[in-house]
Amino acid sequence: MSALGRQRWLGPAMFLPAILYVAALIGVPFALAFLYSVGDVKVASVGYHFVGLENFRSVLQSPAFRTALRNSFVFTVSSQVLVLIGATILALALKDAFRGRGFIRFLILLPWVAPVSIGSIGWKWILDSLYSVINWVLIRFHLANEFSPPMWLGEPKLAMLSVVLVHTWHMLPFATVIILAGWTALPKDIPEAAAVDGAGFFRRLFQIEIPMMRPIMNVAVLFGVIFTFTDMTVVYILTRGGPYDTTQVLPALAFFTGVLGSDLAEGAAISIFVVPLLVVVAWLMLRTAHRAEVT
Amino acid sequence: MAIVETRGLTKNFKAGQAAAVKDVNLESREGEFLVLLGPSGSGKTTLLRMIAGLEEPTSGEIRIGGVVVNDMTPRERRIAMVFQSYALYPHLTVLGNIVFPLKARGIGRSEREKKADWAANLLGIRHLLDRKPRELSGGERQRVALARAIVREPSLFLLDEPLSNLDAKLRASAREELEQFQRRVATTTIYVTHDQVEAMAMGDRIAVMNFGEVRQIGTPAEVYDDPADTFVATFLGSPPMNLVEHGDVVIGFRPEHFFPVTHLAGRAAVPEDLRAGETEGPYVPLHFRISHEEYLGAERILYGDLQDSRFEAKKVISRMSSTHGARFETGSVHAFAVPEQHLKFFDRAKGTRTARVPLVPAESP
Repeated sequence: MSALGRQRWLGPAMFLPAILYVAALIGVPFALAFLYSVGDVKVASVGYHFVGLENFRSVLQSPAFRTALRNSFVFTVSSQVLVLIGATILALALKDAFRGRGFIRFLILLPWVAPVSIGSIGWKWILDSLYSVINWVLIRFHLANEFSPPMWLGEPKLAMLSVVLVHTWHMLPFATVIILAGWTALPKDIPEAAAVDGAGFFRRLFQIEIPMMRPIMNVAVLFGVIFTFTDMTVVYILTRGGPYDTTQVLPALAFFTGVLGSDLAEGAAISIFVVPLLVVVAWLMLRTAHRAEVT
Repeated sequence: MAIVETRGLTKNFKAGQAAAVKDVNLESREGEFLVLLGPSGSGKTTLLRMIAGLEEPTSGEIRIGGVVVNDMTPRERRIAMVFQSYALYPHLTVLGNIVFPLKARGIGRSEREKKADWAANLLGIRHLLDRKPRELSGGERQRVALARAIVREPSLFLLDEPLSNLDAKLRASAREELEQFQRRVATTTIYVTHDQVEAMAMGDRIAVMNFGEVRQIGTPAEVYDDPADTFVATFLGSPPMNLVEHGDVVIGFRPEHFFPVTHLAGRAAVPEDLRAGETEGPYVPLHFRISHEEYLGAERILYGDLQDSRFEAKKVISRMSSTHGARFETGSVHAFAVPEQHLKFFDRAKGTRTARVPLVPAESP
């Protein structure tokens, strides 16, 4: 084969595994989900009948779905707000050199490195109704009643708070690393100019540094939104959506309905609701990336 | 009253390493344009940053207007600084950039707008107020940076190589503009540069720095004509001062003071207009072997060495006007001369100025 002919084939050939991978593990399930969502497929059922939008109609009528939809937004928005604030403070603390900074950076990165499931199981024990170390501490300091300590995973509001906080704990390192990288890339003379111009710490932070960091922060938030909106591990392990579906989110509900509840069609319809949001986020992400390239 | 004064100012970035700034004693005068001149790494920017409060001195004292400011933040020192990169706020408009220092001082809106308008007018950038910094040319950015500095009427201006990001042509006009601007606002200015032309053209006084030390402070004429040591002698001037070693001293003379004997007054062959005033008085005749010549349009630079057993390190340069029409063959030896009054004497070991020593008369080569 001529050198030119080889070149023509080499590129696509090297690209092919990636395409196959995406097609087999993302494309096919995605197409199946669409197909199932307009059919009557159950686990172990034979045959396929087209039922139109019947599944979507039934999903929309179910109160569990509406709660899960609302919770998904509460879960995503509140954890991302906390992540953004926390990551900014951490990045601010870690950007200047001090003794032991490397070690502290390593510690902060740990929650991201640990598998979500293992981290969540750890938190399940920390928040357990009987063995909670948090309650043990609160009782010792007389901050909680020994005979009715807070049920972190058993009361609707506390359960949501716990789920959000655990997810924040897990997402924080990722955002911190992104923001820290952005901060170290800022030209140093601009904050210095602001200092000479008479700006104090907070004016410098909020009027100069954070506005300049916006593109980087957008990237951190958009990634965070995707990871959070599609995540079911934390909810699944900590509360299983309980108590009474008060912490149920869409991905977990889809799993409970479709896989555990054997109604594949309805589970597929639920997960399809996640798609429009993810499309919007993906579009915003591409736009941010493009802007960062242009300027 | 805004005189900057430093006393024994020293900065060590790392213990055990050579100091970036070493025992600097400076005193700037009211309204003057003081230039810190030196090669890169000479500590001039570090010195400026210490005055601005962006760098903490290791020891020594900084006073602004008679007050010790060592422990004050940049904000409290009430000075203005223009950075080499201009450091404009990229997300704010030109107007937003100019009013930022006023906002930071809590000045009211109407007052802010009046002052921003005044500053924008002064620098001719009123038509740019709604633009973002990235939409401006280098020269326009520099003006915005100046407007941002002037708008709060500071008692002291610090300028860190503000012209180095401009192209050569723009730099010349910006230099003149900046100079006139400084005369008009009459604010005490400290200006850092490595460009001797900028320093000579703009400075009321020049502080020449090397290895963190101030080697000489004086007017442009003083540092050029009366260099305190061999560093200042060779750093200023292009081509630099000729230095030849003679016993315990180093003798220096400027290339423009080293010319053919035919150039001297009293020789009938030399046209009247070529007889420069400096050629009066006694002169030292020297035999100069020319190795090559550069023709630079307005002037000619001759490179070569002295054919003279009295000196070591004999490579010297002569610089003369192109109107001097004589031709010099490469490799030929010519009778050149230096007026005695233009010889500078330096200590050979220390490099500092010493008393004039009599020259042994030359043997014939």
